[in-house]
Parts: sequence; C-alpha cells; structure tokens
Amino acid sequence: MPATTSPTTDTASFDVEAFRADFPALQQDIYEDTPLVYLDNAATSQKPTSVIDRLDHFYRHENSNVHRGVHRLSQEATDEYESARASMQTFLNADRPEEVIFTRGTTEGLNLVASAFGQMVVEEGDEILLTEMEHHSNIVPWQMLAERVGAEIRVLPVTDRGELQMDRLGEFLTEDTALMAVTHISNTLGTINPVADLIDAAHAIDVPVVVDGAQSAPHLSIDVQALDADFFAFSGHKMFGPTGIGILYGKYEHLDAMPPYQGGGDMIDQVSFDGTTHDDPPHKFEAGTPNIADVVGLGTAAEYIMDLDWEAVQAHEEDVLAHATEQARAIDGVRIIGTAPDKTSVLSFVFDDVHPYDAGTFLDRMGITVRTGHHCTQPLVKRYGLPGTIRASFAAYNTRDDADALANGLRKVKDMLG
Amino acid sequence: MPATDTISDRAQEIVDEFALFNDWMGRYEHLMELGDDIPVIDDDDKTDDHYVHGCQSDVWIRADYDEDDNVLRFEGDSNAKITKGLAALVIRVLNEQPPEAVESAEFDFLDEIGLQDNLSSQRNNGLRAMIEQMRERARTFRN
Ligand SMILES: Cc1ncc(COP(=O)(O)O)c(C=O)c1O
Repeated sequence: MPATTSPTTDTASFDVEAFRADFPALQQDIYEDTPLVYLDNAATSQKPTSVIDRLDHFYRHENSNVHRGVHRLSQEATDEYESARASMQTFLNADRPEEVIFTRGTTEGLNLVASAFGQMVVEEGDEILLTEMEHHSNIVPWQMLAERVGAEIRVLPVTDRGELQMDRLGEFLTEDTALMAVTHISNTLGTINPVADLIDAAHAIDVPVVVDGAQSAPHLSIDVQALDADFFAFSGHKMFGPTGIGILYGKYEHLDAMPPYQGGGDMIDQVSFDGTTHDDPPHKFEAGTPNIADVVGLGTAAEYIMDLDWEAVQAHEEDVLAHATEQARAIDGVRIIGTAPDKTSVLSFVFDDVHPYDAGTFLDRMGITVRTGHHCTQPLVKRYGLPGTIRASFAAYNTRDDADALANGLRKVKDMLG
Repeated sequence: MPATDTISDRAQEIVDEFALFNDWMGRYEHLMELGDDIPVIDDDDKTDDHYVHGCQSDVWIRADYDEDDNVLRFEGDSNAKITKGLAALVIRVLNEQPPEAVESAEFDFLDEIGLQDNLSSQRNNGLRAMIEQMRERARTFRN
C-alpha cells in the first residue's frame, strides 16, 4: 500500500517511505489485487534487501565451515562469523564478545539458561519468580527445571491495565527466590516492563535475572550493562534478521561457571575416552557446526538497525501506535487489552460481539495480517477472561496508513459480523 | 428414511450454491447463514465428550447412530460464526449418511467454494479436527 506522507511520520532523520522500500515482501499484493498490510511483526518481521543479499552473497562466495580449516575460505567464513558476534556485542553493549552466544532463537536461549545455569543456582525448595505476562517460552523451561530439582514457580501478577504489580514485588521476590525470569516487553500487551528496577531489586538480595528480550530487541535500544541483566535472550527473525538464529547474552562470570549445554564438535578443548575438557565461552555453548549464514545475516540486520537514527524511529513507532490506538478505540464495541502508559508497537483488542477468529479471518481476506488467539501467553489471556485477542503489531516500516487500513477493516468486520 | 443423495451430490450442490456469489463477502455471508441453520446441539450436550480440540474457537459436534436406518445424525455449534458455518457445511454433507460413507468422505469441495485457502481442509487445523472427530465416531458404529 503506497503510504502518503503525513506530517508526523516523516521526520528529517527517519524517512519511513525510503525505509519501507527496503523490504521486498511489503511490496506484494495478496488475494489477487489486495495490497498486503503487514501487522504481524511481533510474530516475525520482514527482511530488508541488505539481509537477503547478505545471505545470498555468503552462499555464493564465502560458504565454508568455521573454526576448523587452515584454508582461506574457512578463515574468511570464521572472520565473518566472529565479526557478526562483534556487531551483536555492539548492538547489546555487552562488555566482551565472549558474552554473546549464538542460538536458534529466544526459546533456545531461555532453555540453555534454564538447563545449564538453572541447575547451578536453583535447588530443592527454592522459588523461581516469573510474571503473569510471560510467553510460553519463558514459562515452560522453568517449569521443567522446577520439576527436575523440586523448586516452585511463583508468578508476579499484572494489573487490569496490563502492568506488573510492582507494589506487590516484595511478596514474591523473597529470600526463597533463587532466580527471576521476566519479559522486557509483553508480546500480547505491548507493555514495557521496568526491567532495570526489577533487576535492581533482585540483585539487592543476590537473585540473578534472565530477561526475555524477544520483543524489545526490535524496538528499544538495548544496553545489557546499563540494565545489569544476568542473561538476555532474543531472536533474529523479529528484528529484520533471518529465522533460526538468535542471541543469548550472559555475563562472562556466569558463562564461565556454567556447564556446557550440548556436547559435540567446536565446544571442546581435548577429547579422549577418559574424559573431555571443554572450550571457554562462547564456544563452549556452540556445539556443532553453527548456523553460519544466518549468523552473518543477523550481523547485517544489527548493523542495519544501528545505522538508523533510533530516537527518530522510536518517535515514528510511537506516533503510529498512538494513531492506531485512537482509531481502534473510536470503533463501537472494540476494547483494547493492554493500556499501560509505557507501551510499544502492540495493539491487542477484542470486540464485544465478534469472535477474534472471525475478525482475523475477515481481516486476512482484506489483506490485513493480524494474529488472533492467545499469542503463546495462555495464562495472561486467561487472566483477562478472554478466548484470545486480535493483535496488530507494528514495525518501523508501518505507517499511519497501515493503521487506517486496519481501522477500515475493523469497521467492515463490525458491519458484517457485529 | 435414510438419505438417497450421496455425499458427493451434496458437495456439488454446495459448490453450485457458492458459485452464485461473485465476491468473497457474499460467499462469507452465505457461509454464516448456513451456520444459522445448523442442527444445533443442546447446551447440555456441550461437554468434553463432544468438544472438538484444535480449533481457535469453541466447537462441539455430537454424533448419534440410528441403527434402524444405519445412518449417523450430527449436531454442532461454535462460538465463532465462520467456524459454525464450516461445521454446518460438513454436517450438511455427512448427515444421515451410513457410517461407511462418513468414514471415507472427501472434502475437496471446500477448496472449490471460493473461501480462503486457510479454510481448506488441508490447511485448517480446526476443520481437520472436526472432520477427524466425525470420522472417528463413524468408525465406532461401522458394522
Ligand atoms: C516475548 C517472547 N518471548 C519468546 C518468544 C519466542 O521466540 P522464538 O519463537 O523466536 O524462539 C517470542 C516470540 O514468539 C516472544 O514474543
């Protein structure tokens, strides 16, 4: 959909039209002649030409295994791989490149921490503190750990507006807490959690904190040192990068003390049948041939993001979200779920009298891709007593026009189904 | 009396009916109207036994076997209108057919009525679950 220029979406330092033109998938029509309005960015983002070209270039010219060969191609691939690690270090503002571990995505990162770090710090009778708005990826690995060691899961509740009940933190974060895991931004509500405050409170009683950054990496500028996070996990595919690649950041002291997660090649120092000594971080956690091409592609995505004027991008994203919220709110029977003042890029809502599945199917036929259902946050959706929500989620390339298209679609849904 | 028309006759009838509409909105409105005519399951029967798992909305389908006529009779409901329409379509082709016919029924006609691909029996988990549940019931009554 050709977006018109609106005064607030085009700032001198962020030209949304030029930015949008970088994404080939956004230029297509679906259902014959219906332009695509892509509003499922919290699930995955589209990819810019630079990332697509980078993958192509890697396979055409650089493909080789890393950390293994004396030959030139292998050395080049290794250089590119490690240079992507350096880009991710900068992206996160990590203290050292060894603190950046390549994973398959957020889910694998969280499982790695739960498994390798969890078993070190969580003991029988301990408590693991989560929040009511966690994605299943930040619930299930902890339940598995709790079951294994005989620990208990505690859950910090949310308010009706979709904020963490910070005034009740003291009830949940106690001397029994061994570890806390919390999402930076809710993928269902868009709430930005006060993660720095949570980390301060946890550290005051020596509780390490794992941050699920799946939704914040694409929208906030991340500084793991300022946050003082012990671990920070996110996925490449939600931040304009390839699928199948993600990052787990961990403080070096933790990574050094942790046992490996998987065994295999690339993670060892010496192997004999009497025993094996493993390599240092990060290689200790990167067993086997890694996803080299996608690592390199993720590095390009991070560089692409870091080249933007992030303040201008954020102002644009806030403007689009505010506009979309206002438009949706004006539609009779629409109720917004998640109205925290500190929000980003997610608009979840329900109709009084239209099932989310019906609304989602109709919107899809109009070219508007939203997601309906529980968004892998069943406890949260249940907390609000809903069968699911309709979720529109925005990226930097979305415009006020996209928000208007959504509102028009919703009005039609209302007419046909309400 | 058992029905004399076959499952494929009824499927063709549905395809012809949908062909009368030349835009998608018309076809969806028709689908939802069919949903309104579904042989509706009693609220008391909306139990776990009749619940269809795997849908985004709540769906119930109940199957009863008429031994004298050797046919199955179906009732259903859903809290989503499109799903209810789909359930109505499937019930319409399978109702009052012998268990053997229900078990071996094909649903290719759903791809020919001009709804989205994601409502085809191949791509739609909920629809597949409904059909599977009806076939499963048919299996238990086959002689
Ligand atoms: C908050 C949050 N955590 C975790 C995940 C899991 O990410 P992935 O599926 O890329 O591992 C997602 C994405 O769906 C998410 O939104």
